[in-house]
Amino acid sequence: MVTNLAAQAERPAATGRRFRLRRGGAVLGWLYATPTAVFVALLFALPLLLVFKMSASRWPLLAGDKGLNFPDNYVKAVQNRFFVDSVTFTLKYTILATILLIGLGLGLALLVQESSRWRNLLRASFLIPSALGLASASLLFYVLYSPLAGPAAPLMQRLGLSFLGTPNMALGSTLFLIVWRYAGFYMVLMLVGLQGIPAAVYEAARIDGASQWQLFRRVTLPLLRPTLALSTVLCVTGSLLAFEQFYILTKGGPDNSTISVVQLIYTVAFQGQNDLGVAAALSVIGLLALIVINVAQLRAFRSEGS
Amino acid sequence: MPTGRTTIAGVALRMPYWVFTGGLAAIFLFPLAWTAVSSVSPHAGTNQVGGWGFGNYVTLAGYQAGIWRYLANSALVSLLTVTLTLLISLLGGYAFARFKFPGKNLLFLATLAILMVPYATLLIPLYVLLSRVGLANSLVGVALVLTMFQLPFATFMMRISFEAVPRELDEAAQVDGCSPFNVLRRVLLPSVKPGLITVGLFAFLAAWNDFMAPLILINDSDQMTLPLAVANLRGQVQGVVDYGATEAGVVVLALPCAILFLLLQRHYVRGFMTGALKG
Repeated sequence: MVTNLAAQAERPAATGRRFRLRRGGAVLGWLYATPTAVFVALLFALPLLLVFKMSASRWPLLAGDKGLNFPDNYVKAVQNRFFVDSVTFTLKYTILATILLIGLGLGLALLVQESSRWRNLLRASFLIPSALGLASASLLFYVLYSPLAGPAAPLMQRLGLSFLGTPNMALGSTLFLIVWRYAGFYMVLMLVGLQGIPAAVYEAARIDGASQWQLFRRVTLPLLRPTLALSTVLCVTGSLLAFEQFYILTKGGPDNSTISVVQLIYTVAFQGQNDLGVAAALSVIGLLALIVINVAQLRAFRSEGS
Repeated sequence: MPTGRTTIAGVALRMPYWVFTGGLAAIFLFPLAWTAVSSVSPHAGTNQVGGWGFGNYVTLAGYQAGIWRYLANSALVSLLTVTLTLLISLLGGYAFARFKFPGKNLLFLATLAILMVPYATLLIPLYVLLSRVGLANSLVGVALVLTMFQLPFATFMMRISFEAVPRELDEAAQVDGCSPFNVLRRVLLPSVKPGLITVGLFAFLAAWNDFMAPLILINDSDQMTLPLAVANLRGQVQGVVDYGATEAGVVVLALPCAILFLLLQRHYVRGFMTGALKG
């Protein structure tokens, strides 16, 4: 308390100091924000500018910048023999993954909504796969799906099936991996949304004689719209940028049927063609497509809401 | 109306729910449990043919530069990423929450915009930029890149953590003669500790598990991080995949994450909820 008394005795001086601090606030603010600004400028803004330049330049992996050649890289990018296939496949995968994850996330959230010891246990078991890296999860399922070492191998052999053998099986198996890895994450997002719905609304609807289904359809779903919108945007963005699950689990196969756009970018840049210019052009196309798709989604959710 | 929870009829009525939810939980836990068990169980074509034991871990330990090297690389990247992320977001969050300065909103939006840009779109130019400044093939380079990718979440989290602390607290401390830095260190730091734990946990999980940044930025097999090494381990032995060693690798990769998750579950869920509130 001694310091307190001393401070009180010096109050006029302290107020003067506080005034000085407030005036110097802008400088101090910048000082504290400098590390953030440096990182954002050097590791985000600068590469973002460079990728546009690279996309308009001949830029082999090893030789480096060989001067502008716009629009050659974009032409080559679109004419790549896997371009159309990878875009189609990525869109198909995105739609399926989003429907599954949003639906199952909401379903799981409704199952464990109220807190009890058993439900907390359930929540933890649904959530623990999301602590694993996607690469680790893909490696785990690579072994799990293997026709040699997997637990279902004898059964699959008898049925004449293979988890990664046909394009549809490979897509289904990847989707199962993704649901396993991410369903808990979307469950938590939905739980937060559900907690935001006031209990009074449910009570009022129940007094009006609404059935369980009507409660879900007329109360839960409309009031959950902001959460559903956010989850959908997150899920669509994540799925459009899918890489690890295809690079590690399916390796793009069978018959190049599961090549995602990001995987194509990686292949063009570092495997075989070694053309950073074309890879940069593909990245720019991907970035613009992502912005358009996200703006369209936000618009759709907003107009539906009004 | 009887609650029915303790009566025999009530238990019977709730049986289907228990069976169904228990089955679901089993589906989520089975792959983890199966991998852990089969990494130490005997299997043809692995280093653990007869009886139970750690043969697969021995294979893993002897792979190329050795697992200790890859563990050390991963630990270095994770430690550096966590430290940098904590430091930058602590200072940045303080600046955004407590100061007014020109360009504040622009800088905050630019930080959040990192989320909008695909990983690959940034990694290709970063590969070029890092080699120009002598950080090609460098774990420090990987840590810098991973820190940048953590900044949107970390800065947002720390900003709202600081904003949740009543301003009267730092004003009182300033009146008592504390400099802004001491206000941060002595008064605010204890209040934002939960936010820091969440930020640190997410930075660690991201850095420990990241695959794509080291895949693109690291060429030298001595500098690989653990996920990369385990992924490359498959099919190295004359084209035959050593499933046992891969399982052992997955266990080593997953163990720290699972332990941290169980210890810090509340902070983990809080991080997700912050993400949800943002929308």
